[in-house]
Amino acid sequence: MTRDEITAGLAEILEEVAGVNPDDVAEEKSFTDDLDVDSLSMVEVVVAAEEKFGVKIPDDEVQNLKTVGDAVSYITKVGS
Amino acid sequence: MTRAGVVVTGLGATTPLGGDVASTWEAMVAGRSGVSALTQDWAAQLPVRIAAQLAVEPSEAIDRVKLRRLDRAEAIALVAAHQAWADAGLVDAGVDPERLAVSVGTGIGGAMTLLHQDDILEASGARKVSPHTVPMLMPNGPAAWVGLEMGARAGVHCVASACATGAEAISVGLDIIRSGRADIVLAGGTEAVIHPLPIAGFASMRAMSTRNDEPEKASRPWDKGRDGFVLGEGAGVLVLERAEHATARGARIYARLAGSGITSDGYDIVQPHPEGLGATRAIAFALRDADVAKSDVMHVNAHATSTPVGDMAEIAALHAALGEHPVLTATKSMTGHLLGAAGALESIATILAIRDGVVPPTINLDDPDDGLDLDVAAHKARHMEIPAALNNSFGFGGHNVALVFTRP
Repeated sequence: MTRDEITAGLAEILEEVAGVNPDDVAEEKSFTDDLDVDSLSMVEVVVAAEEKFGVKIPDDEVQNLKTVGDAVSYITKVGS
Repeated sequence: MTRAGVVVTGLGATTPLGGDVASTWEAMVAGRSGVSALTQDWAAQLPVRIAAQLAVEPSEAIDRVKLRRLDRAEAIALVAAHQAWADAGLVDAGVDPERLAVSVGTGIGGAMTLLHQDDILEASGARKVSPHTVPMLMPNGPAAWVGLEMGARAGVHCVASACATGAEAISVGLDIIRSGRADIVLAGGTEAVIHPLPIAGFASMRAMSTRNDEPEKASRPWDKGRDGFVLGEGAGVLVLERAEHATARGARIYARLAGSGITSDGYDIVQPHPEGLGATRAIAFALRDADVAKSDVMHVNAHATSTPVGDMAEIAALHAALGEHPVLTATKSMTGHLLGAAGALESIATILAIRDGVVPPTINLDDPDDGLDLDVAAHKARHMEIPAALNNSFGFGGHNVALVFTRP
């Protein structure tokens, strides 16, 4: 999967879970500050992403995923 | 020191008869039933396959993403609260948050969420359980959401007294304003448990009507053919306001909430006292609290759920506490039994009966019980002057609540 494909997949999840406009989702965007994803919704995003991309994202890793790009990098790293 | 008067300045509801107060009241006065067959697959195996389901889904008023984190009981409480808030002219009124409180109860709470998430737990494991589960299932969730959206900072309360919840929540609101803690209280009840487990539970108690082939005739308070209540869902919220506060801002006043009476039976966990002793005392306390003469109480919106014992115990209580002059109605004949929301919806009906001078009908009262010797507005609405009216609500656990409303 390319980074763009993962970003698009995350955008789908963010729209479903938190009502984020997919056009607003880009690698430099912060989940909390830019996309208004609160802590409970972030849990839902993580669980949905694990399923969608077939990866494990441990809870202590989630705090490092500040931006969409951070998540894309992590999924790329552990998914390959 | 004189006690603060409390008035009703806003009403909101979403019910089996309509998505708002106006459509609900119109249907009620016209004598329409909100009961229908449950056509969902899960209903097929149940002994009870009828219910009074919402006329308008909450998704008509609340967007999809927000609904994901609301139990159905929370969603409809918000729908009713926003209606009441707007109806009272409070949207741009600059209400002081520190003088605004909430008292919204529920009989059962977020059971739909609990059961749905348990299904997910069983099927997919703990990690798939929604992080919104706890705030969705907690019984204070509806009150908390209403408080959050309206910015209430004078306290948020959840009363739970089964089928007396809605009325008791209004009584708590009255106490809050009288105590001086708030000028405005959003008060009422909400319930949404049309789901196989609660239905199976009530059905196992033999508390529900099994008139599955005639849904609209199933809820028939005081009729000889009554065989139990019909489960309904919905929410009702009133804006209670300190009278001087309402007058100062030029608010439209529906009615005065003149008084309340609360007692407990101490008799049985689910059966009402057969002679309605606790109910009699509640009504007497409410009249005394309201300083209203029995003779002015021309109308009673009865609890009357269509169960064999409860309906007649209430008649005994009304006889003892009021006498024979009031005109009764049982609007549950049309709405079904909204459990924790019943007392709120029926308070709204009581208030509008006073305002419009009309007692809504009790439908399906074709063959009155031999013990029914009080005047009921059977089949058709009754037009009459109503200076004061009573709303009764009783609940499993032996809760009795009586509220007295009067003209402003």
